[in-house]
Amino acid sequence: MSRKIRVLVAKPGLDGHDRGAKVVATALRDAGMEVIYTGLHQTPEMIVEAALQEDVDVIGLSVHSGAHVPLFRKVLTLMQENGLGDVLLTGGGIIPAEDMKMLREEGAGRLFGPGTATSELVSYIRESVNQESA
Amino acid sequence: MSSDLLDRIASGDRRALARGLSSVEDRAPGFRDLLRGASGSAGAAHRVGLTGAPGVGKSTLVSALTTEARKRGRRVAILAIDPSSPFTGGALLGDRVRMTDHLLDQDVFVRSMASRGAQGGLSTATGDALDLLDAAGFDLVLVETVGAGQGDVDVAAEAETTCVLFAPGAGDAIQAMKSGLMEVADLWVVNKADDDRAERVRADILSSLMLHDPPDDLDERVRMVSASTGSGVAALLDALDARLDQLEASGARAESRRERIRYRVGRAAAETLREATETSSSDALVDDVLQGRSSVHDAAEALLRSVASTSSGEQP
Repeated sequence: MSRKIRVLVAKPGLDGHDRGAKVVATALRDAGMEVIYTGLHQTPEMIVEAALQEDVDVIGLSVHSGAHVPLFRKVLTLMQENGLGDVLLTGGGIIPAEDMKMLREEGAGRLFGPGTATSELVSYIRESVNQESA
Repeated sequence: MSSDLLDRIASGDRRALARGLSSVEDRAPGFRDLLRGASGSAGAAHRVGLTGAPGVGKSTLVSALTTEARKRGRRVAILAIDPSSPFTGGALLGDRVRMTDHLLDQDVFVRSMASRGAQGGLSTATGDALDLLDAAGFDLVLVETVGAGQGDVDVAAEAETTCVLFAPGAGDAIQAMKSGLMEVADLWVVNKADDDRAERVRADILSSLMLHDPPDDLDERVRMVSASTGSGVAALLDALDARLDQLEASGARAESRRERIRYRVGRAAAETLREATETSSSDALVDDVLQGRSSVHDAAEALLRSVASTSSGEQP
C-alpha cells in the first residue's frame, strides 16, 4: 500500500473566514491527499497536538485575522518542542509579503496569498514532501 | 527497531503511537514485526464500534461517551474512519471538528483514518490499529465507522461491542426490518432523543426486533440518548460496561477474540492476494483467460500457488 501525504488544515485564532481553508482542503483531497480538517478557532496547542496524533507530513494554517505572525511563531515553537521539526508548516491568508519572508526565515515554509492557484499549492506540497504521488 | 517502537508505544509515547499507526496503515517496512509484538499485549481494551447512517450523530456521540468515560478516569482512544475517494485516493477526514473538547487531554488519543479502498465502513488496517491502541494501554477504544449503508457490517467483526445508531427523520420501520446493520447490533441507540419523533423510532426498532427471537433484555438494549445535551450518555456507558462484564464472565469475550483473529487472518490473506493481482506477474494469467487457454478459476489457482511459493519468508 502506498504512502499517502497527510495534511492537517486548521484555522487558528478568532476569525471565522473558513472559505479559503475549505477550498484548500477540498483541492488537496482531490489531489489524492488525506486531509484532516479541524475547523475553526483552534489554538496553536490544539493544532500541534492534532498534528502529532495524526502523524501528518504537512500543517496548513489559514489566517485572516492579522495575527499571523504570533500564531505561526507559536505553532513553530510548539512543533519544535514536540519533535515535529520535520513537518512542513505552510499556509495562507491575508499576509503581507514582508511577513511571509520573515516567517520563512524563522522556519515556516512558503505562505500563499489570495489568488494563488490551488494547483500551485498542490505541487509545492508534493515537492516538499519529496514524494512521487499519483 | 520495531520492538523499541513498541516499547515506546506501551510506555505512553503518543508520537511513537502516531508513527506506529502510520506504519500499519501504510504497510511500511517492519509493520509485521510491530504487530507481532503488539498481538501479545492486546486484549485489555474494550473495543466498541459505533456505526449508522451519515448524520445520525456518530462523532458527537463518540465525543460525549469520551467525556463520560474520562469522568470515570478511563483512558480513551478514538479511531474515526471517513471514506477515501475511489477515483483519486484522497480523503477529507472531518470527524475531529466534533471532538475538540478532548484535544488537550493527554489521556485521549484521536486518530482519523481514511478507508483506503476497504468496503464495509472500515479501513483495511482497522484491526491492526486497534491492536496498537490496545498495546498503548487505553481502557476504551471507540471505532467510528464511515457513515454506513445497510450492508456495512464489518465493524461487528472488529469490535467486541457494536452500537448501531439511529436518529429521527431517517427512514421508517421497514428500513429497520431489512437485513444487515440491524442484525449486527449489540446495542441499538436512538440519538437525538430530544426530538419529539425519537420515541417513534425506538418503537419501530423494538417492534422490528420482536418479530424474531428477541433477546430477554431487549428493552435495556435499545437506548435513547441525546449526544449533544449528554442526556442518556452515562446510562449508555453503564450498559457498555455491563456488557463487557457479562462477556468476560461467560467466557464469550475470549471466544469473540478468537473469532476476530480468524476473520483478520482471512482479511490479511485476501489483501496479499489482491496485491498480487495488481502486479505485472499476473498478466500472463490474465492473458491465458483472455485467449481461452484457462478459466478465471484456473488462473486463481495458479495465482495462489505462486503467492504461496514466494511468501514463505518474511517480506521486506
